[in-house]
Amino acid sequence: MSDSRKIAIDVRGAVKRYGDFTALNTVSLSIYDNEFFTLLGPSGCGKTTLLRMIAGFEEVTEGAIFLFGDEIADLPPNKRPVNTVFQNYALFPQMTVLDNVAFGLEMRGQSRPESRRAAGEMLELVQLSDFASRRPAQLSGGQQQRVALARALAPKPKVLLLDEPLSALDLKLRKAMQMELKHLQRETGITFIFVTHDQEEALTMSDRIAVMSAGALQQLGAARDIYERPHNMFVADFIGETNLLEVTVREVRDGRAICSLGGGHILSGKSDQEVRIGARVHISVRPERLFMSDAPTDAEGLRGRVRENIFAGTDITTLVDLDEGPNLVVRTSNSDRGNKRIFEPGSAVYVNMEQEAARLLMD
Amino acid sequence: MAGGTASSGGTAADTYKNARPWLLLPAWAFLGVFVLAPVFMMLVYSFLTKEFRGGVIWEFSTAAYDQFFFNRGLFGDEPPTIEWTYIAIFWRSIWQAATATLMALLIGFPTAYFIATRPEKLRPMWVFLITIPYWVNLLIRTVSMKFMLRDNGPINDFLVGTGLINEPITIINTNFAVQLGLFYSYLPFMVLPIYASVERYNFSLSEAAADLYASKWVTLRRILLPAVKPGVVAGCILVFVPSLGSFLAPDLLGGAKNFMIGSLIEEQFKGNAGNWPFGAAASMVLLTMVLILLLIFARQQARAQKGTG
Repeated sequence: MSDSRKIAIDVRGAVKRYGDFTALNTVSLSIYDNEFFTLLGPSGCGKTTLLRMIAGFEEVTEGAIFLFGDEIADLPPNKRPVNTVFQNYALFPQMTVLDNVAFGLEMRGQSRPESRRAAGEMLELVQLSDFASRRPAQLSGGQQQRVALARALAPKPKVLLLDEPLSALDLKLRKAMQMELKHLQRETGITFIFVTHDQEEALTMSDRIAVMSAGALQQLGAARDIYERPHNMFVADFIGETNLLEVTVREVRDGRAICSLGGGHILSGKSDQEVRIGARVHISVRPERLFMSDAPTDAEGLRGRVRENIFAGTDITTLVDLDEGPNLVVRTSNSDRGNKRIFEPGSAVYVNMEQEAARLLMD
Repeated sequence: MAGGTASSGGTAADTYKNARPWLLLPAWAFLGVFVLAPVFMMLVYSFLTKEFRGGVIWEFSTAAYDQFFFNRGLFGDEPPTIEWTYIAIFWRSIWQAATATLMALLIGFPTAYFIATRPEKLRPMWVFLITIPYWVNLLIRTVSMKFMLRDNGPINDFLVGTGLINEPITIINTNFAVQLGLFYSYLPFMVLPIYASVERYNFSLSEAAADLYASKWVTLRRILLPAVKPGVVAGCILVFVPSLGSFLAPDLLGGAKNFMIGSLIEEQFKGNAGNWPFGAAASMVLLTMVLILLLIFARQQARAQKGTG
């Protein structure tokens, strides 16, 4: 991700206030051209507000938004070369599918036959040519979703905004649409800004993810980066599943913090930030980066007892009650069964972590 | 359009939809005694012979309709020509009611839109405010309107006092005064149905239109108006139909020149000078006309619905 790439959307110090309530607190981020970018966070985190500010539906209280270098914060939505796929699709009920898709082209001044021809091509792209003369109400949810997508893509926007577009679909359809969206983005080369609260969806689809919480940007990075190197407790907890252990920093050696857990246990974790000796911090480690053994493999093994094994298709989740400290979740992939052992409930085990996987989190 | 959702059956609503037709029995009984029977009586009366001191003689006659549509000279012995007097009154009534409906639409639509876009908690208060004037009897409201509009009434006093005009403008006893009166009488019937349909409107459709480069005007014309059309049409019917047969506003505000069909009918049944069969015949003509208008409208709605699927 080199910085020489063209920036499609540049948000600089954007603030959104409703009376006393601050929905978005000084967010700055750059979204590259031709990127699948995701705004991820729980409901009320400000992700949709930011998207609506880019679309022009919400005024910017403070700060600026640039689209390929042009300030757009003062332009009304119909003057911005960006299009939106709405959460509830917002298809025009009294128009046919074809007229829905042609609407944006017509508004941009194309003749009726010309815009209808181009709309027909868009419908082909989303495989709905046979439904061109239907009304939206006659289509299934997944089909309506694709019409909304075709309608927003038809005017060839510089940036496509997607506001939780898959949240109304059932799981199977959602998975299929995730692939289709990713595919469409590659094919059209248009920058996609995708809003979701579903971290799995974000990890699957995005080139880069901005994790948001309480109106502020928490972390910005590639999917893998965010998963493996969360900056703070919120990100570690929100993205995927994690084990958090509260520890005290004893000493720092070679970029690793040596910390003590209760009962004299020593744990170490990597940190990108400056660590203070004596600070109470958390060590975060993903369940799949833990493994169990009946004897300690190194000094950091934690002793406990297996409470329960939960079979979930591709993997087995084991809950372990530690003798000292909290309970841990250990996930063993079925394909890993050769190297990693599963213990019966009630067995005494040691839980070990992969050295690189333990991350130190300050807050 | 409101409809168009494809229900696959088996819902609770479906189960309840066709049950318990007897729930309508009281309504049918009421309608039968107080609406259908009187209308039928009017129909019968319109074909009877008039009694000079009011009332009817039970003898079949088409004289009432003949009087309404044909002119046979002063002594009734000339070849019939079309009688324009009553047709003109009818035409004026339609014109007055249509103008009042248009005024109510132009003022009612923005009002309804305003209320429907207030925060949800405040909307009932706004609706309540709209209805407050209608707690006062219609007669009293119309009479006070007459005072307001007089040549030396408050409106003219104000306009002359501020120097905007030199002499009072005559408003009272004009067509315009009647239109104002009708408009004022029935405005809430325009506001409320439009409010109800705008409130149900999905405003993300307007956002989607703006997102797709539509101006505010195009969004109103091509997206909002088609969606709230049922409310607009209902409002127009609810204002137009009672305006058409109204007699209070024309009587009090219009004077003798601006007679409407309602007044014509009213006169036939008042005091001793009336002509009951003629009043009944005029009522039947009015009723027929309204029914034809409603049928045309229902036809169009059905066609539009079919188009929506």
